[in-house]
Amino acid sequence: MIDDFLLRALIGGLGVALVAGPFGSFVVWRRLAYFGDTLSHSALLGVALGFLLNINLTLGIFIICQTLAILLFVSQYQRQLTSDTLLGILSHGSLSLGLVALAYMKDVRIDLVGYLFGDILAISSTDLIWIYGAGGVALLGLMWIWKPLLSITIHEDLARVEGLPVDRTNWLFLGLIALTVAIMMKVVGMLLVTALLIIPAATARRFASTPEMMAILAIVIGCLSVVGGLLGSYHYDTPSGPSIVVAGCLFFMLSIIIPRK
Amino acid sequence: MLRVALRLQKPTSGTVSFANNVTIGYVPQKIHIDPTFPMTVRRFLALAKIKQKTPFDVLLAEVGAKHVLDSPLHTLSGGELQRVLMARALIRNPNLLVLDEPVQGIDVHGQAELYSLISRVRSERDCAILMVSHDLHLVMSSTDRVLCLNQHICCSGTPEVVVSDLAYANLFGKHAASHLALYVHEKQHEHNHECSHVEVK
Repeated sequence: MIDDFLLRALIGGLGVALVAGPFGSFVVWRRLAYFGDTLSHSALLGVALGFLLNINLTLGIFIICQTLAILLFVSQYQRQLTSDTLLGILSHGSLSLGLVALAYMKDVRIDLVGYLFGDILAISSTDLIWIYGAGGVALLGLMWIWKPLLSITIHEDLARVEGLPVDRTNWLFLGLIALTVAIMMKVVGMLLVTALLIIPAATARRFASTPEMMAILAIVIGCLSVVGGLLGSYHYDTPSGPSIVVAGCLFFMLSIIIPRK
Repeated sequence: MLRVALRLQKPTSGTVSFANNVTIGYVPQKIHIDPTFPMTVRRFLALAKIKQKTPFDVLLAEVGAKHVLDSPLHTLSGGELQRVLMARALIRNPNLLVLDEPVQGIDVHGQAELYSLISRVRSERDCAILMVSHDLHLVMSSTDRVLCLNQHICCSGTPEVVVSDLAYANLFGKHAASHLALYVHEKQHEHNHECSHVEVK
């Protein structure tokens, strides 16, 4: 009745939407969209690392994303370059380095388009374990730091004066975002990771009056986008990752048009 | 200076020491709430990590902002936001209230109200106030101790001592020193020097 690969794609996509909703909300609140872009652009370097060390590619991506997150966190203390310049350098530098490294490995032939725009229909059972295992860890971690993270989002110094562990919370949050980006790669690809993070959250904003409500609505809208995108991709034979993002954009436009009560 | 006193920044020299029983309530200069962040005043107050006994509406009534309890933070006016921040600081029952330019960007009427609120808090709650201000008039008229800062501590003491200090005269001009009451506003805009004042009970 329903093809195996399509079922796996659906389960994987929904798992990713589940994680992307709450994290996407924080990305929107803390204006980290460009930061998310930078992390995902480094993913190709992670793929190269995965091949080089002969380890799981998602693990390779996670290691590289994590390294980049640490690099960005440390470099925010320097004053010479503004953060967007720095992000731009790291983002495109790591993307290019990834491409060069992969070209250098003669016996590795990869489907570049799959990495750029996602290959959700090729999700394997191992990928599913990664998505739900790592995604579960990311969500639990986020729930753990949820309250201090909200306080820090409002005003970092105030949180510090009130005795919250600001640095530790920020570190953890970056690490968890890196984990999220790594598992989202397979579904929407490195170029569209940020889209799946911010579009459902931005759509949810108008209908939410608390942070928790916005995160949950973002999950729902993300799931709807995954289902809609997969259906569209199946019926019209369009690329699945971009179809999911298009579905998300449609929901966003709907949310603007719907008059507010 | 404030950041050092709050232990947000390490001093380049010297040490910061507190008496054992100090509870600090911090009112930041301004907070920017992104409009995408759905956060009501009630929730914001609840985030203060402390079990408090006063209900939020009583607390907000004390700072004169009872009507905003369920409003989203990003819709508040500058004056309302300052009051809410003050309420958030008061939740902790501080005996030291630290204020960073509390009236910046607020109209004259609102400024006067905020200042009277601050002095009311001081007398009712028996709480010391540490405040950074560029408002010379306020600094000279209603404080116990003044620290005049311009890169370094130029002079300090009671307002009377500071006004007669040579360093103060050099900083703001002899004219201003002798005719402070008359010229305070022009001088305040001409010189962007930071004047902190400390009130000690």
